[in-house]
Formats: sequence, structure tokens, C-alpha cells
Amino acid sequence: MSSIFVTVFIITTIATVLALLLTLANYYIADYGERKIVINNDKELYVEGGTTLLSSLISNEIFIPSACGGKGNCGYCKCKVEEGGGPILATELSYLSEDDKNCNIRLSCQVKVKENMKIEIPEELFNVKQYNVVVEFARDVTPTIKYLRLAICEDKEIQFRAGQYIQLLAPPYADSNEDVFRAYSIASQSTTNKYIELLIGYVPDGIVTTYVHKHLTKGDKVTFNGPYGDFYLSDSDCDIVLVAVGTGMAPIRSILLDIKDKKISRNVIFFFGARTEDDLFMIDEMKRLEEELPQFTFVPTLSRPDKNSWNGEVGRVTDMIDKYLEYKEGREAYLCGNGPMIKSTVNHLIDKGFSEDNIYYDSFD
Amino acid sequence: MSDINPLVILMASIFTNNMILSNFLGMCSFIAVSNEIKTSIGLGQAVTFVLGATSIINYIIYKYLLVPYNLEYLRYIVFIITIAAFVQLVEMVVERYAPTLYYSLGIFLPLITVNCAILGVSLFMIIRSYSLIQSFFFGIGSGLGWTLAIVAMAGIKQKIKNSPIPKGLQGPGITLIITGLMALAFIGFSGIVKI
Ligand code: FES
Repeated sequence: MSSIFVTVFIITTIATVLALLLTLANYYIADYGERKIVINNDKELYVEGGTTLLSSLISNEIFIPSACGGKGNCGYCKCKVEEGGGPILATELSYLSEDDKNCNIRLSCQVKVKENMKIEIPEELFNVKQYNVVVEFARDVTPTIKYLRLAICEDKEIQFRAGQYIQLLAPPYADSNEDVFRAYSIASQSTTNKYIELLIGYVPDGIVTTYVHKHLTKGDKVTFNGPYGDFYLSDSDCDIVLVAVGTGMAPIRSILLDIKDKKISRNVIFFFGARTEDDLFMIDEMKRLEEELPQFTFVPTLSRPDKNSWNGEVGRVTDMIDKYLEYKEGREAYLCGNGPMIKSTVNHLIDKGFSEDNIYYDSFD
Repeated sequence: MSDINPLVILMASIFTNNMILSNFLGMCSFIAVSNEIKTSIGLGQAVTFVLGATSIINYIIYKYLLVPYNLEYLRYIVFIITIAAFVQLVEMVVERYAPTLYYSLGIFLPLITVNCAILGVSLFMIIRSYSLIQSFFFGIGSGLGWTLAIVAMAGIKQKIKNSPIPKGLQGPGITLIITGLMALAFIGFSGIVKI
């Protein structure tokens, strides 16, 4: 019996002494003191050294996109570090292009603030804020897509441009034990500042989508930050081609509602692809827009329709591009969907005379 | 207790009983980090430091805590705890005072914890019943031997960088072959002393 006590005692003593030693070391060696971060040669922040740049900025209410929550595997949190970032880390390499490296672009979630730093971030990011919101409704518009409206609680308002996205936070819940952010495009028009709408597709085992689909109901409180992104309508007056599949509808809807609100008179055609009739949604609204906006054409298309009930277009969105568009230069296209769809659509558009510089896209993956 | 001169142990553990080339301990970081001489020297220093320090600490703990209470059987867990704590300490120090080295070592610094050469030294010194001084020299010697091997390997790798190596052998494949050849060469030293 006593040998058990002795063993436990000795092991505990050794562990305690070592833990003490490490705690002291952490206190004295890993203490980097206060450090200064100068942003865009203008704003100064004083932060506790030793943490990552991303978290220092977030704690000062400057939100940089970070879909993976700082784990270094989304590559969104890029920013320009002019001074004090140290050498590029192995964990950053796969997300930085040659251009990025030459321009001192770094992943802010990997860079630690150890010295005074000088960084540059896009001015728009100062507009990014964190919002506490209440779910006003959460409806299924297809078996796999939820349509949410999130009303901002405090007396804050959100300013964004149609086409931008936000990052929704899923707090820890049954299947996840950490805070996880994911990016979703805003589906509502930019003139409403008190709420935003989202279209969220279900991804099996997706942490945030499972949270939204299985746990979120009307009246729940959630948090998001935003707006982010540079996918929005240009100021030109050339014709517009919109292409979306599935939840890619979100930013396109926002852009369309804006076109209506701001009375923009440009020719617009919108190709919306889905598999079956069940996967189509917001069709009535699009039809209504078509009636209200004389220069707008809406073309829904199904790749696997039920031949008996569907009498609209059949095929993929790329087939519609071939069918509806003439060869012509000087048009703009805005695409939103998965990577492969974007890739093939871009090729088809180029065949129709689009210049690559006038094709803008927002890819989900 | 063995009565070999500590200096002999030091020399022997560098050359004749080299941790990598005659015991094949600590191979993973040896293979992965040996791309640049500078980084290898850095990692070698860190390993040597950890070895020197943990051999003393583990010796003291073993001799004055475990043996008197008949707890020798706990040595694996105790040694590993000490090594882990020590590596963490070294990591903090390197991160603070040698950031460039810290960045070039990346993930391999914490991996020293599971570098079997380090646990190997602590266990060998017990098996061979070394004294404190002997253990310390053994630790330092093994560290230097490890450094020697990894730096030599880094040098060779740099030399063969542009050589036409068959595709299937590139990377770890050729590294293992070279390690084998180096080990053969080092066998030439063996038998000079016995430790
Ligand atoms: S936050 Fe995802 S890579 Fe930095």
C-alpha cells in the first residue's frame, strides 16, 4: 500500500517541479511586453506581444477574414506586413503565391507579434464589425438549403455592397467543441441595414452547416462579422450576365435586388442552374423581378428534370450560355457556384467574346 | 560503476558509438531536417543541449529519487516527462532569443521530445551504470555525434542536390542509402574503445 503512495508522491513531485519551472519560464521568457502595430501608416495599436497578429487585431475589433478560425488552412487572413513579421513560416508557404511573397503578404494567423510591426490592410476592413443577431426566420427552401434572416440586435447597422459575404460563427454544440467561422454570401439587398439574409446549403458533417440546419431556429441568438469581399457590381454600363447554381443564388439575388432598388438600367440575363425541380427556389421572386425590370431575363435550367412536369430549359448553365448568348465583346459576367462550374463557365464565356478581366466570380470552395 | 575515463566516453559517443550511425536512434528528424547545413547545426545544438541537460537531470532523479524508493521501473515515464518539459523550455528560449533558428526548425523543435536518441541516452547511462560525470559526457558526446552525422548528411545532400537521382529514390530513399554508407564508414572506428 505504502509503495503506491510513494510512487504517486514521487511522480507528482517531479511533475509539479517541472510544471513550476515551465510556468516561470513562460512568465519571464515568453513575455514579449507591449508591442506597437502601425496600420496603413496611420492607425496605431498597442497589443500584448507573443500572440498572433490575427488575434491581436480581432481583440482590437479589426476583423480580417479568417474562415478557418486561425488554424492556417483557409488562406483568407492575408495581410501585408511591412515590418516586424519575421521570416515566412513553413505553414504559410502553401497559401502564398510568388507575388504574395514579393509583396510581403503573410497569413496573419501564423505571424506572431514579437516586435513592433507595420502592416497594411484594405481600408474596407475597418468597416468590418462583429454583430449579435437574432434569427428572424429559418426556412427550408429546398430539402438542403435554408433561407435565414438575421436581425441585428443592438442599435448597430450594417453597411455592405451587394455581393459581399459575412462570416457566421457556430458556437460549440453537440458535434463540435470550438468556435468555428464560415463565410456565407449575403442574399438581401444592400439598402437594408438592420438585417441580412443568407442561403445556407447543407454539407454533410460541415460544422457550421450542421449547426444551422439542425440546431438553429427562430429566435436564436448568433454572431457574425463582416462584410468582406470584393465581388460586387462594377460601375460601368455594359450588359450583365449572371450565372449561379445552388446557394450561389445568394450574392446574385442581392445584386439583382440592388439593381432594382437603385434603378440601374443595364441589360441583365441570369442563368440559374439546379438538378431537379426540388432544387429550385426563389423562382417566383425572380419571375416577379423579371416583370418589374424590363431589361432583366431569368433563365432557370435543370440538369435532371422530371420530363413530365418541367417545361423550362434543360441542361447545365454552360449549355444556356451557348444557347442564349451571341458572340459579342464588352459584357460583364458575375458567377457564383462551385469551382468546377466556375471553371467551365469561364471557358464558355470566353468563347462568347468575354474578356477574362470582365468575368468576376465567387467560388464556394 | 564503469571506470572509463569520461573523455573517452565523450569521444566514443561522437565517433565509435554514434547515436545515429551505430545505434540508429533519432532518425526521423535526421532525415527530415538535414536539408540545410545551417538548420542542421541549429537542431544539432538544440539536441546536444537537451541531451546534456536531461542526462544530468535524469541521472539525479534516478539516483536520488527512484533508486532509493525502489521505483526504477518508473524510469521510462519519468525520463519522458523530464525530456518533454525540458524541450518545451528550450523551445521558449529559442523562440525568444534565436527567432530565425526557431522559424527554420519549425515543427522539428518540439519533435526533439520524441527524438529517441534522447531517451536512448538516458536509458543507456543507466544500463551501463555511468557516474554523473560520465553520463554528462555521454550526453554531450551523443549530442555532438548526432550533430556531426546530421551536418555531414546536410553537406552531402547539398552536394547531390543537382545529381540525376532516379525518381523513386529521391528524398528519403537516397537519404537512407547514404545513411547506410555513412554507417559503414563509421564502423571503421568501432572496436577502438568499448564503452
Ligand atoms: S485564418 Fe485561415 S489561414 Fe489564417
